[in-house]
Amino acid sequence: MTINRYGQVAIFLACAAGLQLAAAAAGKGFLLTQLTMSAYYTLVVVGMSLLMGYAGQISLGHAGFFAVGGYTSAVLTTLDLAPHRGSPLVAGAERLGLLLVRPDLYGGDLLVVRPVVACALAIALALVLAVLVGIPVLKLKGHYLAMATLGVGTIVYSVALGTQWLGAADGIAAVPPFPLPFGASVSGRPDGRIVNYYVAVGLLGAAMLLALNLVQARVGRALRAIHGAEDAAGAMGVDTARLKLGTFVLSAALAAVAGVFLTHFNGGIGPAEASVMRSVKYMAIVAVGGIGSLWGSLGMSVALTFLSLRGYFGVYDDVVFGAILVGIMLFAPQGLLALEPRRALAALRARLRRAGGQAG
Amino acid sequence: MTPFLQVSGVSKRFGGVQAVSGVSFELRRGMIKAVIGPNGAGKTTLFNMVSGFSSPDRGTVSFGGRPIHGLPPHQVARHGISRTFQNIRLFEHLTALENVMVGRHLRSRAGFLAGMLDLGWARREAAGVRERALETMAFLGIEALADAEATSLAYGQQRAVELARALASEPELLLLDEPAAGLNMRETRDLAGLITRIRDRGVTVLLVEHDMSLVMGICDEVLVLSYGEKIAEADPATVQKDPQVVKVYLGEDEC
Repeated sequence: MTINRYGQVAIFLACAAGLQLAAAAAGKGFLLTQLTMSAYYTLVVVGMSLLMGYAGQISLGHAGFFAVGGYTSAVLTTLDLAPHRGSPLVAGAERLGLLLVRPDLYGGDLLVVRPVVACALAIALALVLAVLVGIPVLKLKGHYLAMATLGVGTIVYSVALGTQWLGAADGIAAVPPFPLPFGASVSGRPDGRIVNYYVAVGLLGAAMLLALNLVQARVGRALRAIHGAEDAAGAMGVDTARLKLGTFVLSAALAAVAGVFLTHFNGGIGPAEASVMRSVKYMAIVAVGGIGSLWGSLGMSVALTFLSLRGYFGVYDDVVFGAILVGIMLFAPQGLLALEPRRALAALRARLRRAGGQAG
Repeated sequence: MTPFLQVSGVSKRFGGVQAVSGVSFELRRGMIKAVIGPNGAGKTTLFNMVSGFSSPDRGTVSFGGRPIHGLPPHQVARHGISRTFQNIRLFEHLTALENVMVGRHLRSRAGFLAGMLDLGWARREAAGVRERALETMAFLGIEALADAEATSLAYGQQRAVELARALASEPELLLLDEPAAGLNMRETRDLAGLITRIRDRGVTVLLVEHDMSLVMGICDEVLVLSYGEKIAEADPATVQKDPQVVKVYLGEDEC
């Protein structure tokens, strides 16, 4: 008996709750901070998993979309618009209730964009960027998306690093909490740790459910068909370029959402979030979780990101993810969970013997 | 009566090879027409120009009065044209039923949002798609294969699944690229009966074929190509007696 997708998500949420209770019982509630961050990064991975496993495309720019989301929200909620009250844009936005006045760290008042509005604009900007990149590139067959997104990622990183009002190498700090209903908020305050953990896990569960629904639906079936025989899918009326674009844009939106919320949770964002190495990490995680396996990607992402954030890989962090990528491609291209240990060992032995033979 | 499909003076060159040169023909609604000719005569190229897989260098293709040459395959499909492939192109990792369900892609419309949110109407639509796909498979007598992985089936069964997939879109024009290739005599006879029944449902059929028994038995008209040019077009009995056809098709020794 297989469990349907709603049941699967329920089990995931139950496991997450169990983890929280175990951490509390062990007196290690502080671990929730890194688990919360892993959940947000995993949101990016869920989108990447859809893109790689179902649209058959690779993106090397998802850290860029994450940063576009995070930076947009950070700038809009910290930049004081009071000096620009005279401009029609600011005045109009204020009249529409899109802005709010909040105290800054030094007791003064700041006129800034409401976090909810900033979040919407951040996601919209990432969507527009993804559409602009995706439309020309996804009409071509092959892995041009990887190259184009590599370019986007590099540009976003360079802009973040080189722009003064984006904080240059320091990034943007003092990003305010993101208010939620019932007085809760997305913020790094220690007393909100448990709530924030459940917010992140809930968001991840919801994204996962949307993704699982999608791959079962008409669009998912058409995407799998493209994977199996692209020309025949076209003959059945499947608009390949459009479906690939939709998946790409969706994955970019998920990355932007993750960027927005993690930025409010951390209270800031820096250019490292936009680095290409970060994008490579996302890709490595999807590869190790199994291309086309949403749950595998989610599990691997939470585990590996948590270990990485806790500093278990030390200065070798990038090396670990690089090695994972190479290892997976050589020995388990279907992902770690699809690995049959005996066959993998045999392959490894054969490879070593061949290498030994050449050396001798 | 205006022709259903009108191909006018289409030509296609691949490098130094003139695959098709200046071929014109018509198809009336409700008929079965075959394109025959020796290997390399340009049959498949002609076929690809009708289905959007290749665009003619010169000439036009119009369907129901609208030009369709140069459109990509997925847009040609939207006009109500469906096809099968000479070397079967089933979707790997999908079951036979799922393959046929993809055939109903154009007859359903749930997009990204409806799919992600698992909306009620999208669910009902998916159930309808599934039902119609099963009906189509039952029409071809292959409903028992529904849950098998499509590419693991026997050759003849794969052909049937591909035919079901093409039919599931309820096309007005069905293009069959060598449907009898790889089938034994009994299977070919069954196929002939099937194509006739498909025509009786109101579907116009254009097929490319090598198997003369199939062509002569069921076709209303036959178009003969040789070295990319049309050398004859008539009913099967006339074509069979045409000395030029006999010469290029059967070889001079047999004259």
